[in-house]
Amino acid sequence: MKQAKLIEEKIFKSLSGIATYSLIAILAFIIVVIFVKGFNALSFDMITKTPKGGYYYGGEGGVLNAIIGSLYIALGATLIAVLIGVPAALFINVHLVRHKKTQTTVRYFLDALWGIPSIVYGAFGFTLMLYLGMNASLLAGIITVALLIAPIVVRTFDEVLSKIPIGMQESVLAMGSTKTETAFKIMLKQGFPGLITAILLAFGRGIGDAASVLFTAGYTDLIPVNLDEPAATLPLAIFFQLSSPIPEVRERAYAAAAILTIIILIISLSARALSRRYSKTIIK
Amino acid sequence: MELVQAKVMTPSPLKATRHEKASVPSAISIKNLDVHAPGHHILKNINLEIPKNKVTVLLGPSGCGKTTLLKSLNRLTDLYKELNVTGTINIDGDDILNTRQNVADLRQKMGLLSQRPYPLPMSIYKNVAYGLRLKGIKDKKLIAHNIEKNLREVGLWDEVKDRLNTPANNLSIGQQQRLCLARGLAVKPLIILADEPTSALDPMSSSTIEKLFREIKSHYTIVLVTHILRQAKRLADNVVFMYYGEIIEQGAPDDIFKNPKTEKLRQYMLEGN
Amino acid sequence: MLSKRKISDRISNGWMIAALVCILLLPVIIGVALYFKSAPLLSEHTLGELITSSNWHPNKGNFGFWPFITSSMYVTLLSFVFAAPVCLLAGIYLTQFASKKLIDIMHPVIDILAGLPSVIYGVWGVLIVVPFTANVLAPLFNTESSGYSILSGGIVLAIMCIPYMLNMLIEIFNTVPRGLQEASLSLGASYWESVKHVVIRGSYPGIISSFGLGLAKAFGETLAVMMVVGNMVQATANPFKAGYPLPALIANNYGEMLSIPMYDSALMFAALLLLVIILLINLVFRYFIHKTQQR
Repeated sequence: MKQAKLIEEKIFKSLSGIATYSLIAILAFIIVVIFVKGFNALSFDMITKTPKGGYYYGGEGGVLNAIIGSLYIALGATLIAVLIGVPAALFINVHLVRHKKTQTTVRYFLDALWGIPSIVYGAFGFTLMLYLGMNASLLAGIITVALLIAPIVVRTFDEVLSKIPIGMQESVLAMGSTKTETAFKIMLKQGFPGLITAILLAFGRGIGDAASVLFTAGYTDLIPVNLDEPAATLPLAIFFQLSSPIPEVRERAYAAAAILTIIILIISLSARALSRRYSKTIIK
Repeated sequence: MELVQAKVMTPSPLKATRHEKASVPSAISIKNLDVHAPGHHILKNINLEIPKNKVTVLLGPSGCGKTTLLKSLNRLTDLYKELNVTGTINIDGDDILNTRQNVADLRQKMGLLSQRPYPLPMSIYKNVAYGLRLKGIKDKKLIAHNIEKNLREVGLWDEVKDRLNTPANNLSIGQQQRLCLARGLAVKPLIILADEPTSALDPMSSSTIEKLFREIKSHYTIVLVTHILRQAKRLADNVVFMYYGEIIEQGAPDDIFKNPKTEKLRQYMLEGN
Repeated sequence: MLSKRKISDRISNGWMIAALVCILLLPVIIGVALYFKSAPLLSEHTLGELITSSNWHPNKGNFGFWPFITSSMYVTLLSFVFAAPVCLLAGIYLTQFASKKLIDIMHPVIDILAGLPSVIYGVWGVLIVVPFTANVLAPLFNTESSGYSILSGGIVLAIMCIPYMLNMLIEIFNTVPRGLQEASLSLGASYWESVKHVVIRGSYPGIISSFGLGLAKAFGETLAVMMVVGNMVQATANPFKAGYPLPALIANNYGEMLSIPMYDSALMFAALLLLVIILLINLVFRYFIHKTQQR
């Protein structure tokens, strides 16, 4: 009896340990595969040149168009998402602070929004685009991705704001500030580190998402100079090149994947480093 | 079970010396107990005899190490990996800090009552049956009998007998705390460790718990942590006053409260009243 | 001076409310838009017909979604079977047994796994999982497979869902009060028994909810699955054969959907289907989680 219990504990403890360590192994496996495959094909041309004639048959060029396109879309989308998301999060934490029930309900719906897959946003963006008579373009891509990442900005920022003690708001209100002034002057400042984390997370999601831009941003070998021009994106560049029958082109898909992975790694790690660094300085 | 009895039969040399000193037999004998956390010396060289079948009250301001001392007694300190516990604690003839005995069996000798009730996430019935089943008791009749007996002991039987299979979470907080006591008594402990057991309760429930303690104290050694001076006066047979990890004063409540020997206790009593 | 302050106050107030309302109404707006786009299809076929028919010939005007729905469910369930035990075990280890050091390492690991884009998982799947299915798993089960299969989709999807479910489970296990563990231990339970009876049992609604949300997430995942699943229209029970989940259907055919009548309507209907199913699952299970957190 005792023995059986002990064995059960041992088995489960080691199984759960294995499960945990295997996650580290899987991550390492994925990154090593992408890097080893990618660095073989990675060249200076890949990140400094746009596709030249015959690129898709193994000719010269790089994926600069997609790198720039992705950055444009992610930056534009993050900007819009911040403009929508930040005031919304501030409203939840300043104006709704005395209405606990509404606050909880709003958070509940925002959480549920997180679950909507990006392909649905893509389909919606496409519908919207047709309705407005737009073509697949940088702007359409930016708007679609902005809708996709706005809930991320709201909830991540909201999480940080909700930890700021109510007393801080009250003391500012007591000095004669309006609620809105409190929100933008005090809460925004207090929650700023959280905002940076939220922005980085949203940006990372925006730069890596493919399904939402598939319909809306189009694809081009040129670097877009106007909002109404189509734009290539890194995830789609990887996707299209990987489906090519020509080995050289597939090699470049791996290289592009390595580039995207590096960008995402930098964003993830700096988001965590920042949130940790600031969590020490923020007043609790 | 057999193991427990075997241990009781063999008196350790330490136990013998202890008997020579104390007039009342000790249930717990603590020697040179030190608890360190990184950068913090929580308990400093504690030496203490806790008399058998009496109520010993650990009194002192919060943060003085009362709870840590209590949790060392049934080795819940094991849970906190940052803590380093050294010294000896003799309970029932066994140095529990260095014993080879199964810690789970050891803990069954002590019932725990925490600051707020923690009913397990299961029915009332299963809460009380939990410890019995862990003891290896399978006979359903015996379990049912024990449950009724222990629920009666804490005066909860009539209140819950018709809803034994409902979640324990649905009880009022006072009932929950009594359930936790019944649950602890069911495993037939020698000692009851109570960590400010009334601090989350309303005055009515508090006095019920205090009343229960007075009723059962002739059968159990009770170690009660509290910061409420009046509660200490009402319940204690033996008072231990702690201050910043050290035992400053101890003795019978009449002596200690009427003639405090140290300035710190005098101060504490003034503030407490 | 005061009036200027008042005006700016009004404006920013309005902006805040408008932003919040916009975000909250987003799913409704998306739903309505997709519904209008799929209305032509719904006016010609009944909902039941669309969902249960296997007849998929867009050129002839036949739109039966059954093969896609079964594929989606199959891939999702497979991924769940692989991911759920790992998440549960890892969640328990990280909250109950792991050292502080390991936890510090695991946080960024989970973050990065969650942050890697779908397409990267897809590339990895094509490079590793597809050949593994074709060359190792298929012979093991005495069958043949190109590797582009429902099984490969399930494996890749499982890895993508792990960080998502694991994060929720960790949060849920961490809400179990320490006092509850202590209570169980003092009644004579071993550490593992306490974990089993108190932590897991007490988190039951939370565990079910995170599993449900994980399923919903897997159901809507597009690119990675599409890259390894084979994309052939067939309702099959053989995991070594190719499947064609709903999201892949939408993503693969957007190019030609305007050239075949009703095709765009059908794809938007597929998107609507995804939205409704996933939103419903999310609303139900998030409700559970919110309930338990309030307690």
